Formats: sequence, C-alpha cells, structure tokens
Amino acid sequence: MAMRIRTVSYMIKQGLTSIWRNRMMSIASIGSVASALVILGIVFMLVLNINSLAESAKEQFDSVQVYIKDEVDAAGIEKIGEAIIAVEGIDEIDFLSKDEALENMKSQWGDQGYLLEGLETNPLPNSYVIKMKDVSYADGVVNALKNQDGIEEVKYYKDIVDNLLKITHFIRMVGIGLIVILIGISMFIIANTIKLAVASRYREINIMKYVGATNWFIRWPFLIEGLVLGCIGALIALSVVGYGYKIAVDVVTQKLYVMLSAHMIPSTIAIQNLAVIFIVLGAGIGALGSIFSMRKFLRV
Amino acid sequence: MIELLNVTKQYTNGTMALSNINIKIDKGDFVFLVGPSGAGKSTFIKMLLKEVDPTEGKIIIDDLEATTLSRRKVPQLRRKMGVVFQDFRLLPNKTVYENVAFAMEIIEAHPKEVRRQVPMILSMVGLSGKSNMYPDQLSGGEQQRVSIARAIVNNPAVLIADEPTGNLDPETAWEIMKLLKQINRRGTTIVMATHAKEIVDVMQQRVIALEQGRVVRDDRKGVYGYED
Repeated sequence: MAMRIRTVSYMIKQGLTSIWRNRMMSIASIGSVASALVILGIVFMLVLNINSLAESAKEQFDSVQVYIKDEVDAAGIEKIGEAIIAVEGIDEIDFLSKDEALENMKSQWGDQGYLLEGLETNPLPNSYVIKMKDVSYADGVVNALKNQDGIEEVKYYKDIVDNLLKITHFIRMVGIGLIVILIGISMFIIANTIKLAVASRYREINIMKYVGATNWFIRWPFLIEGLVLGCIGALIALSVVGYGYKIAVDVVTQKLYVMLSAHMIPSTIAIQNLAVIFIVLGAGIGALGSIFSMRKFLRV
Repeated sequence: MIELLNVTKQYTNGTMALSNINIKIDKGDFVFLVGPSGAGKSTFIKMLLKEVDPTEGKIIIDDLEATTLSRRKVPQLRRKMGVVFQDFRLLPNKTVYENVAFAMEIIEAHPKEVRRQVPMILSMVGLSGKSNMYPDQLSGGEQQRVSIARAIVNNPAVLIADEPTGNLDPETAWEIMKLLKQINRRGTTIVMATHAKEIVDVMQQRVIALEQGRVVRDDRKGVYGYED
C-alpha cells in the first residue's frame, strides 16, 4: 500500500500550512528547541573534550617512567632495560633518548618551541617508558625498580590517574543528566505546539474520521509539522554551537596544548558529529512530541 | 445490509443505553429512528459508526462485523457510510466545492475523479451556482445540502442522518427531506434519527421507536407516535 506522490505532497503542504497558520507558536517552539539544543551542544562539547583530555592525560600518566642517570653509558642503559623486562607485569617498554625527549617537547610546544632553542645543554634525561599489563602492577613495578643502580627516579602518577577518572566520570554523569532533562523540555514544548495545531483543526480531523480517513493519513501532516519544527531548531542550534566551537578552538587550543599538551577535538570532526546528533535529536524530539500530543486525540 | 443481534450497551457509569436490541435493515430501506431524548438514539448511531462498541451482541454492516473489527480497519467501515449532523459541521475556511472535494481527497481519490464527481453531486443537491461560496454565506438549508453532498460524494451504501432537520425551519426541512428521499431512491439506505413528528407521519417510512434502550415499535409504514 505505497503512498501516492499526490498524498505525500498533500501532507507536506498541510504540515507547512499549519506551521504558518500558528506561526507565533511555531517560532516559540523552534526557539525553545534551538536554545535547549544549544545548551545541550555546549554541555556535549564540554563533556567530549574533557573526556578526550582525560584520555590523553591518562595515556601519559598511565605509564611508569624510569629516568636514567646521565652518567650511565649505552651498555648500562641496555642492562637496565633487561632488568625492567624481568619484572612481573610489564607489557612493553620504550626507550626514549634525551635527544628524542627534547624533540618531542619542541613539537609539543608548537609556536613556542623556539624557547627551547636557547638551551646550551639538554636537561632531559634518557628514560624508559613502561606500559604495564594492568594498572594493578604499578606499585610492584615501582618498588622493584626504585633502588636499581643507574636509575635516577621512577615516576608513576597514580593519584592523578585516579582523580582524573573520578572527575571525568562525574562530569559525564552530570552531562548525561542535563542532556536528558533538556531533551524532555524540548519534547514537551513541541508537544504543546502540536496540540494547539491539532486543536485548531479539531473540526477537520473530526470530519476526516467520519469520512473514513485512516489514522496515519490524519497523523502524517502533524508529524511532518513536528519534524520540520524540530529540524529547524536543530539547524539553528547547530550553526550557533558550531560557530562558537570554531572560535573556541581557535582561541583555546594553542594555550591548552602548551599547558596540558592536549588538543581540543578539531572543529570539523566535532561539527560533523554534532550535526548528526542534532538532526537526529531535533527530528526525534519533533516526531515524538507530535505523536504524544495526538495520541489521546485520535482514539475514536 | 445492517444487522444488530442482541446488542446491549452499558456505559461505564452504569447507564443502560441499549438493551438487547435486534434490528435488521435491508438495502434501500429508509428508516426513521424515533424516541424521547435519552432513549438510546445517539448510542445507536454511534455504534453504527463504531464510535462506541456494544458491551454485548454483534453489529454487522454490509458483511463487515463492526464489533470485532480491528482499529486499523475502522476507516474501511466508515467509507461505507455517509454522515449528516444537525449542526452541519462544515469547514468554515473552505468553499462549498472544497468542503465536498475534501471528503474525496482524504480517501485519496484521483483528482480527475474529484473534478468530475463534485460538480455532479453539487448539481444534484441544487447548489451548482454556489460552489465558490463559503459556508457563512449560505442559509441553514443550503449548508445542510452541502453537508449531504459531502456525505454522499463517495457513494456510500448507507447515509446516517442525526437530526438533519433539527436546526431548520419547517419549509426548509421539507426540502431536505425531499433530497434525502431522492437519494434513497437511488438505492442508498438511510437511517435518520429525528424528533420531527410531522415529517415522520407524512413520509410513511419504516419507523423504529426506542424507549429506555429498548425497541418498543418497528412498523413498516409507521408514524411518529409521540405527542411532543
């Protein structure tokens, strides 16, 4: 029972006409969906960035760093490496020479990298970076290596990793909570607009039912109305949040990198994700909102 | 055509609207449904339209069993019937032509068919010259003609009229009755609930009288039988 093109165009026309007829309410609901989604977008981008920040920080801190005394020669370094592999719970080790360490730092500092040019000697030590099979081996590894000959220092930022995990978990929960609330509010507003539209066409719907229009025939125009309202709201929100994020990336990203050696999520990727989420949410909010508001009404 | 078998309707508040009704209406019948207010006429009509379902019994309309019909198939049932109300129920922002065409559009009739059928029906109800007028530019009788045109434009087997002359003066009421009789002659079954004693007495059609939810009389060529 494919729908005829004629019928589809009839329904789209009905839906759009209704938006125009109740234009004040339509503007109000587009506005509220847009503002709810803007807040949602901001929360979402914050959560996403804090997450990725925490991930990259965890990556850095989740390894044990073994700094080797400067006087140890190549053979000594080799021997220390063998000693490390012998410890229980080691997954892999990487040797990072002092020159490599300096290069890394330079590239991480980006535009400010020239500051490191002035150094006469390289102050960074040779080091091994140890990845463990599991975080629980960390204490054992640190204790086993602490008193080895030729090792200057063994570093493991356990507290930082733990706290990071706690903070990101908390932020994620608050973010999800906020997002759920905002979706609920938007849906409620759209439902009210559609209810108004349905009420203003009460007679028409009543007659349609007596003449034998199917429920879906009656429902579609309102569904289209809700979808259009939701999607317009989503597009507005997308342009606001997208543009805002672009600016934020331009302003913040350099400084953030120098301070925490972490990136913000690039704006093209972020906006692409946001676009998909907003359109799905906008359409979903609109469609569900209108279905809710019609449910009682169509039960005859 | 229409058959009610042991139909009983008790509303959830306890009111017994109809009890144990057995009625058979044949194709082409013209039936008056009479009785004092609250006798169950409205419930009877609502059950034909499947707006309410009986608590007991069976209703069969043109080989569809209304009582067990799934919600999805209700439109199929309603397309067998046209309905006319006391208050016309026209759409004020549509012209006469559009009001009638609307009934065809929502059952997805072909536009060509709409353009052919609507003028034909409008001329049949005597409104050819007024097809571009809006309902509030018409008299009550004319508005009722539009609503009748809308009810029959899809060629239903049954026309259900709920007090169609209730808002009209006697002269206009008679014109409407003539129109209904004309439609009936074309083979459409008509079920009309009414309080119009004179009309019922003169028309000499089948009369079903309801009182307190029971059929108290069912005469082939009946009279109204109540003093208002």
